[in-house]
Amino acid sequence: MEDVLLSLQEICKAFGETEALAGVSLDVREGEFLTLLGPSGCGKTTTLRIIAGLESPDSGRVLLRGEDMTGWEPNRRPVNTVFQSYALFPHMNVAKNIGYGLRLKKTPKEEIRRRVDEMLGLVQLPGFGGRMPNQLSGGQRQRVAIARAIVNDPAVLLLDEPLGALDLQLRRQMQTELKSLQKDLGITFIYITHDQEEALNMSDRIGIMNEGRILQLGKPDEIYERPQTRFAAEFIGQSNIFTAEVAGREPNGTLTLLYAGGVVKACGEGTPGERVTLSVRTERIRFGEECRYGFALTGIVRAHSYTGGMLRTTLGLSDGQELIVSGMGGGGDRAEVGETVHIYWKPACAAIVERGDQHEARA
Amino acid sequence: MKRARKGRGFPAAGVPFLLWTAFFVAIPLIYILCMSFMKRAATWGVVAEFSLGSYAKMLSPAYLRVFGESLWLSVLTTGFTLLLGYPFAYFTAQLSPKRRSLALLLVIVPFWTNSLVRIYGWMILLRSQGVVNALLIALGVIDTPLKLLYNFGAVLVGMVYALLPFMILSVYNSISKLDPSLTEAARDLGAGKWRAFWSVTVPMTRAGIMAGCVLVFIPSVGLFFISDLLGGAKTMLLGNLIKNELLTARNWPMGAALSVVMMAATLLVIGLYQKLSGEKSLEGIV
Amino acid sequence: MRRRSKIPEIYVTLLLILMYLPILVVVVYSFNDTKLFSWEGFTFSWYQKLLHNRNIITAFFNSLELAALSSLSASVLGTVGAVGIAGRHFRGRGALENLSLIPIMVPEIILGMAYLAFFSFLRLPFGMLTLVLAHTTFCVPYIFINVKARLAGLDPAIGEAARDLGASAPRAFFDITLPLIAPSILSGALLAFAMSMDDVVISFFATGAQTSTLPLQIYSMLKMGVTPEINALCTLMLGAVFLIVAVGRLVSARRQRRA
Repeated sequence: MEDVLLSLQEICKAFGETEALAGVSLDVREGEFLTLLGPSGCGKTTTLRIIAGLESPDSGRVLLRGEDMTGWEPNRRPVNTVFQSYALFPHMNVAKNIGYGLRLKKTPKEEIRRRVDEMLGLVQLPGFGGRMPNQLSGGQRQRVAIARAIVNDPAVLLLDEPLGALDLQLRRQMQTELKSLQKDLGITFIYITHDQEEALNMSDRIGIMNEGRILQLGKPDEIYERPQTRFAAEFIGQSNIFTAEVAGREPNGTLTLLYAGGVVKACGEGTPGERVTLSVRTERIRFGEECRYGFALTGIVRAHSYTGGMLRTTLGLSDGQELIVSGMGGGGDRAEVGETVHIYWKPACAAIVERGDQHEARA
Repeated sequence: MKRARKGRGFPAAGVPFLLWTAFFVAIPLIYILCMSFMKRAATWGVVAEFSLGSYAKMLSPAYLRVFGESLWLSVLTTGFTLLLGYPFAYFTAQLSPKRRSLALLLVIVPFWTNSLVRIYGWMILLRSQGVVNALLIALGVIDTPLKLLYNFGAVLVGMVYALLPFMILSVYNSISKLDPSLTEAARDLGAGKWRAFWSVTVPMTRAGIMAGCVLVFIPSVGLFFISDLLGGAKTMLLGNLIKNELLTARNWPMGAALSVVMMAATLLVIGLYQKLSGEKSLEGIV
Repeated sequence: MRRRSKIPEIYVTLLLILMYLPILVVVVYSFNDTKLFSWEGFTFSWYQKLLHNRNIITAFFNSLELAALSSLSASVLGTVGAVGIAGRHFRGRGALENLSLIPIMVPEIILGMAYLAFFSFLRLPFGMLTLVLAHTTFCVPYIFINVKARLAGLDPAIGEAARDLGASAPRAFFDITLPLIAPSILSGALLAFAMSMDDVVISFFATGAQTSTLPLQIYSMLKMGVTPEINALCTLMLGAVFLIVAVGRLVSARRQRRA
């Protein structure tokens, strides 16, 4: 058991008729970079606001180091937020903005000045203390917002899509900076984004959220390689999602499944005869002159499309379904359109995202 | 991303505002509504006895004539302010930024000066020995002074003059928001200057026109001092009638009933405005 | 390029001249050495007489006091109201807002009538008290609307950021919200002040025999007959207004240049 810093327990929250959070539980570990990833309206911002104390949950508890802070006013909580809009105080200069939290704590003036200067150096804005927020660029405002929050030494820093308003290049740069800042300071970050690349890039752990629930929580590679739900498979990366019937289980646990008149393999749970939904990442599918891993599946190359460094190939199966495959596509070994090829993947690369009962319920 | 905010239910901080509004807006208005159904006391005040007498009295020809005249004056006032104010706003929008802000400033400044004084200026201008007559005689246009003051026309001039800034500002407000590429597109599609103006500019500024009309029409019904000063005793408007019922005839129920009628007419105009402009909030017209 | 037409300039200038003609006449006649309407030569005598007219001076200070008290109390009420209901959802909010706008929507005489009746009913002594109550009521909407619009344009996260950084709710209001809405409160209060200074109709009904305001004093003097002191007074007031406007323009122009 690692150190749990912040713990959400069965948080529910509704706004009028709309249910924003339907029982969110989450343990955040000391010093980690945790990202909540999900589409807009999934409840991630509400979760963040409940941690900050800007919303109060209808039920459930928020614990910090084991202490219940559910009913605390936002100003009493040792957490700070970097708002999506930055929310810099427009009538205060940069130094006043950054020093605001310290002034509220009645820190001596000298100390405030020292700490503000230190922060300005840390976010690479030395000498900017006298500027007004409207004289700064978007990226600079972002840095000030971060400095204003971390100067207070929060137990947890909450970041609400902080890079959403920046252009792509600046965003990439800020991702790296934020990540190294977090490592250097050792502050626990809870980061919110709808950008999967950002989440995969920066996080120690990712929580996938949809419709007020955390669907899956894990390391980026786990989330990517082993999606547990259809939503996670569809939301992150590009996957082929299809149903197949379980034929049997091998001694090592690999499942054999019937699909499109052929045989494929996957890892996971399933009983013979059950129909399950599989997800296979497009770049994990291989094809060639013969099958491997005990597969028996053929398809016809329908089309190639070249998308900057990647070749996307559409394969038509015998029952009319299609699989999308992406690969480097360089070299000369690419199959011609109309050619029949054998299709396979590593069994561990196919994840079962829906079991039969769930599948029936959906249909 | 839509996000429901924290606040639900009536906020504690709003209580003083609510109380004030209830006590000094809602209750007085309800009180005069009640009063309009009472009887007048023999000397002063009212007797709490139900009566439709005040409303019945309004149907007499003398009152109906005042209603008619008052309404006619308000309609004319609205029409003339629009006729004068729309081109002013339209042309102002075409001036260079510096001149534009100067022109708008000059429209607003009279708000800060005493309105009675400006009416008094017209009295000086229009008197039989006043400036206009002196000028006309000096030019040999007329021999004997014209009777310019103390008639319907003088009241109309005063009303238009007093309310013109409201019309200008609300029309300008919507003209300044007009995307110039729209008229350019109309011109590009072959519309003449006038055609482009009538088929694009005017419809697009309809909201401003309507707000301006409401802003001029409503106060024009009640500005008794303008007809008092410029119309003499001859021009009786609804506002003067209410004032006289209250202070001269001391018939408070009658004054209340007239106020209720005026209030109803006002709400009707506002309702009409809301319906036509599709504007729910009243703030578009204040 | 089409040649720019001169018509806009000409029309705007002509109408402005017409709008300022009555004002100009008043100014000119304040220096006229006669009570009559013909021009009899230049004099300052009306200004001297004005300074000795106790009624006018008293009424002027009454009006100042009334406008100051009303716009001040309306600023507090209107600001508290706008801040209180900003971003809140409750039943009857629209009705409350529309009701609060009634004082500046309906013809003033209705409110005048209502206050005359209502204050008599409450047996309040007619005078400065009733005037301040009535004027405060019609001043509130100017501040309320201004502040509400400003709050709607503010990022709500700014107030939340202050709370998040450790400010209590009142502290966040005074440190952050109030400085940001102060210009709107001020401009609303200035407008309210001007409206109160200029009000004839409501004051006419809401005051007693003992307390006159400047507009009421002018009104009764105009009804009595010609009184050139009024010209003098008006000229002084106009001068003050133009001075204030000119200074305001200069200050804002300088601020713009600096920014």
